[in-house]
Amino acid sequence: MKSNDVILQTATKVVLFIILAFSVFIFFNGHHEPGGGFIGGLMTASAIVLLMLAYDLEMVKRILPFDFKVVTAAGLLVAIGTGLGSFLFGVPFLSQTFDYFTFPVLGELELATALLFDIGVYLVVVGVTLTIIQTIGEDQ
Amino acid sequence: MMNILLHISAVIIAVSILIALYRVAKGPSMPDRVIALDMIGINLISLVAVVSLILETTAFFEVMLLLGILAFIGTVAFSKFIEKGVVIERKRD
Repeated sequence: MKSNDVILQTATKVVLFIILAFSVFIFFNGHHEPGGGFIGGLMTASAIVLLMLAYDLEMVKRILPFDFKVVTAAGLLVAIGTGLGSFLFGVPFLSQTFDYFTFPVLGELELATALLFDIGVYLVVVGVTLTIIQTIGEDQ
Repeated sequence: MMNILLHISAVIIAVSILIALYRVAKGPSMPDRVIALDMIGINLISLVAVVSLILETTAFFEVMLLLGILAFIGTVAFSKFIEKGVVIERKRD
């Protein structure tokens, strides 16, 4: 019997972007309010898991042609790089700083270098979660 | 006055979670248990809302959205496992 998942697939097309927007929001929210790289990465991974549930592994691989082990390695490199970058300014390893900048449309924003470290955490969490799920899903 | 009302509603939501837990333990078929788990998730969202009103904080608002998303994805995964036997298909034909 051939099953028809049209309701799940149509709902996924709408819900996926809401989850991705929420994950980006909670990622940038993490400096002053609850959130951060870990939970943002988990929400992005769960959005891609929803895509895998509604469609199949081959299609997700065609949409997102990344090797997720490389994503994990890139995240670790970014995290190490923010630590090593503090040596350029003659301060101890992993020193963080922040400053206020004014942008044309957005106005005054506080930009912290902790965000760069958080990007590394985000990439590692997304890569590890999706590597685990893809590896388990592939052998039947 | 408002505080008493909030505590009463928290107790009522807890009782409703207990009733759903009875259905999880007793439920004769697998879909009964999945629906009861989904109901527990949605009740937890309202419990978090009431608790954040009692504590007078906005720190838990992300938790509510998060629980809604996770309850949805968990229910979809369980129902796909019940219907097809696999959660993530390799190639859909």
